Amino acid sequence: MNLLVAQAQQIEAPQIDYGAIAPLLVVLGAACMSVLLEALLPKHQRWAVQLVLTLGTLVGATGALIFYATSERPAQGVATLAGAIAVDSPSLFLWATLLVLAFGSVLLIADRSVEPGGAFVAQAAIRPGTIQDRAQATKTGMQTEVFPLTLFALGGMMTFVASNDLLTMFVALEVLSLPLYLMCGLARRRRLLSQEAAVKYFLLGAFASAFFLYGVALLYGYAGSVKLSAIATAAAGTDRSDTLLFAGFGLLVVGLLFKAAVGPFHSWTPDVYQGAPTPVTAFMAACTKVAAFGGILRVLTVAFENTQWEWRGVLYGVAVVSMVIGAVLGLTQTDVKRMIAYSSVAHAGFLLIGSIALTPEGTAPGVSATLFYLLAYGFTTIAAFGIVSLVRNSDGEATHLSQWAGLAKRSPIVAGVFTFLLLALAGIPLTSGFIGKFVVFSAAIEAGLAPLVVIALVASAVAAFFYLRVIVLMYFSEPAPDGPTVTVPGAFTTIAITLGAVVTLVLGLWPTFVLDWAGTGTFLS
Amino acid sequence: MTWVLIALLVVPLVGALVVSFLRKDDAKAKLVALAFSVVELVLAVLLWTAYKPSSGERLQLQFGVDWIPAFGVRLSFGIDGIALVMIAVIALLIPLVIGAGWTEKLPAGRSQGGYLALILVQEAVTVAVFAATDVFLFYVLFEVMLIPMYFLIGGYGGARRQYAAVKFFLYSFLGGLIMLASAIGAYAMASDELGKGTFDWATLVTVVRDADATTQTWLFLGFFLAFAIKAPLVPFHTWLPDAAAEAPIGVTVIVVGILDKVGTFGMLRYLLPMFPTASKNLAPLVLVLAVAGVLYGSLLATGQRDMKRFLAYVSIAHFGFIALGIFSFTSQAGVGSVSYMLNHSVSTGMLILVIGMVIARGGSSKIADYGGMSKVAPLLAGMLLLSGLTTLSLPGTNSFVSEFLVLIGSFPTQPVYTIIATVGMVLAALYVLWLYQRVMTGPLRGDALVGAAAGPGAVGDPEKKTAIGDLNRREIAVLAPLVVIVLALGFFPQPVLDVITPSVGATLTEVGVTDPVSVQEGK
Repeated sequence: MNLLVAQAQQIEAPQIDYGAIAPLLVVLGAACMSVLLEALLPKHQRWAVQLVLTLGTLVGATGALIFYATSERPAQGVATLAGAIAVDSPSLFLWATLLVLAFGSVLLIADRSVEPGGAFVAQAAIRPGTIQDRAQATKTGMQTEVFPLTLFALGGMMTFVASNDLLTMFVALEVLSLPLYLMCGLARRRRLLSQEAAVKYFLLGAFASAFFLYGVALLYGYAGSVKLSAIATAAAGTDRSDTLLFAGFGLLVVGLLFKAAVGPFHSWTPDVYQGAPTPVTAFMAACTKVAAFGGILRVLTVAFENTQWEWRGVLYGVAVVSMVIGAVLGLTQTDVKRMIAYSSVAHAGFLLIGSIALTPEGTAPGVSATLFYLLAYGFTTIAAFGIVSLVRNSDGEATHLSQWAGLAKRSPIVAGVFTFLLLALAGIPLTSGFIGKFVVFSAAIEAGLAPLVVIALVASAVAAFFYLRVIVLMYFSEPAPDGPTVTVPGAFTTIAITLGAVVTLVLGLWPTFVLDWAGTGTFLS
Repeated sequence: MTWVLIALLVVPLVGALVVSFLRKDDAKAKLVALAFSVVELVLAVLLWTAYKPSSGERLQLQFGVDWIPAFGVRLSFGIDGIALVMIAVIALLIPLVIGAGWTEKLPAGRSQGGYLALILVQEAVTVAVFAATDVFLFYVLFEVMLIPMYFLIGGYGGARRQYAAVKFFLYSFLGGLIMLASAIGAYAMASDELGKGTFDWATLVTVVRDADATTQTWLFLGFFLAFAIKAPLVPFHTWLPDAAAEAPIGVTVIVVGILDKVGTFGMLRYLLPMFPTASKNLAPLVLVLAVAGVLYGSLLATGQRDMKRFLAYVSIAHFGFIALGIFSFTSQAGVGSVSYMLNHSVSTGMLILVIGMVIARGGSSKIADYGGMSKVAPLLAGMLLLSGLTTLSLPGTNSFVSEFLVLIGSFPTQPVYTIIATVGMVLAALYVLWLYQRVMTGPLRGDALVGAAAGPGAVGDPEKKTAIGDLNRREIAVLAPLVVIVLALGFFPQPVLDVITPSVGATLTEVGVTDPVSVQEGK
């Protein structure tokens, strides 16, 4: 007994820099509170309270982040919670990005004007097609569990991008993934498709997690530690087994690439994007992408920077495959959500170019470029999905492309904004999409990846074709007589779309502020 | 006088904004758009007087502000003689295009306000492309230029307009992207050499021109592809016939008369000064494409059954001549090419407008639908003949001066290519006169003129009143300035050549070539 107490006393509580991790604590704390509210409040009060709590949390966390970022802090960042979490400039940038993108997504999630009662089912447990199901389709309540789920997913994402060791990263990966699996299955309309998407995402995601964990185990075997910096030290000139290192690296990266929807690990993307409720798709497309690439950037630049010559060729190939798959298969899509899904696969390829743009001198010009790209892409995507949710017919959203014909005649503003967003996705100048591509490609050329840039440019041109096709449909085709109507959005969706479109424009015209901010510091190693 | 250049960039944009609010009132929209384009023309004349060709300064009226300091990107503008000439011709053509399309019927549901606003935006962006002195800015404008044109072709064009618009956009977009890769490459070289990256044209020239031949070749090819698609050179030309054929006639003038010049302008402004070694090494490649373009364009123009596609192939042949002049590296040929760029805009612009008037009367662009039109519209026939003759470079018209300069300038350095290209002059006479003969001479005939009901081979009676009238006053007012310019520059080209010569001379000095024969003999 005494022995146990003595041992317990030897374990020192780790130093915690509460100021640094305050945004994280706010989000996770609010998520727990949100679960309690869900249990305690009467049904009719939940939506309003949950919404206020969620938005308040996001604002509060952003405030805490700004307070910490502008206060006196070590320039290279701090590692806190016994080195498990690294709060450095890229972490702060990614946290801010995640928080503002989540704000936009939550506005879409909370909207109840476009679809009466919201895009989410009232009781997810009722089997589709039954009498109860038809009864609940006419009711206007919605599953407010989506709010705590969103907060948990967000908390997981924020932890993920700041994890300084692989085990924390794995836990964070699960915390961000599990709520997302659930959220995919909550659609009010087309519930079978939605549930199918959830199951697919869950099964494939579980596989990817297993890959990731196996990679962590092998790397632990190699380095004797799961800390990113320890792996880097171990890899720098030792005679340990390269097999363990590269097998571990390969498995780890597969897990990460899966989350980031990089081809050829993208196969879940179109189905899940299509099946999930559109606000959730927006959340996944914007925030998951940021989180996954934040993790990839940190792992590659901190842990594997000095072995880059061994793995760069592999990721080079993956980037090419991803761009080609996204651009070519995107051409054949007839559903607007699937089309954006393939576009996201192509964009993941571009982002991967930025992630592997490391120079032999050990600098990583691609980091700030990729950070900028993520922010720009996230806002454009949220606004694009916001617009997708507006075009509806009697069965819900009209996502088939043929139904979008002649949209500009009926609602010129919606068509105009969507055109602008598509041009941004295509990377036309004067949009944030172009500046994003430009900074990523400049970094890649600086890092000696010129051939990859040329391939990326050709892929951009191919991808431009399917964006143009939608513009052609909206502007130059005659509307079908029984075509969908464009719902006049309520305040929430309007704010989300406006926010996305305005940021897309502003970052296209005056990117300097964000570029400077993205380039303020490097990862803590 | 910098304000003139700023005003040139801003006035059409303001005009576009105003016009876009007049979508309900077509008549007012047309008047306002015309007024703004005339103001632009006046500004262009002021710009011409403000430019001092003999001052020895390469770029004049420069101004700029920082845009993206992190990449050394500036919003900087300035003009040399070549840009000045191009800006002037844009400002000249736009009011004429608006005037020529005064009574044109737009597709159902489209308003004049939207159409004219897009045209004015197109004018502003195109002026800016020629005036940009920052490579990044040039690229941005080069791509942005596609968007109004995409909507002009796709929204207001003929039956296959969607196909033509997308094809136009994708070709140019791809070329532009490859150019962007080269531009970033040049930027990376500058940041290595100077310690700080910049996209400033004058600075990049000094850095990149000393690069080794391999690097230069790759960077050259990136820029060249963009310009070869834009110009267009064979085999990158296939978007042009579709775009020209499907676009409304005023937009065809802009595509063929103005947008295409960005390609040849880019060769002179970017390819030669930035990559002198590669330009010299790869000149044979360009020359082969140029001469192939002359022959191919001429032959296909001869064989066309559609007048608008005919125009596109005529242009392809002419761009072959321009590229031949640029890559012969003599100042005579260079001056010839630049004046050709101007004269091609004027002559081909006039030809397109006249053919537009023919089509407006007959409602068809098929050559076979017309015949003997001079019987009912003698003045129109005369205009078609005049614009045709200036297109085939008859002495006494403006094009003769430039084509002749290109050929005698190219001969000393590239005799073989020049001799082959001369065949193009003969073919030009064939395709122009044959078109004239089929449309204008002989008995009045053709479905468009005597009506399909009369049956095939029916011959109309010129004495009988037909619906086809001769030129009205508006059309005469549109064509008169062009007739004056065609003849004036045909007999007295010196004012234009004086503006061009110093800039071409400076370009060739940057390439590092000297003339085999003295150019200034004539002066």
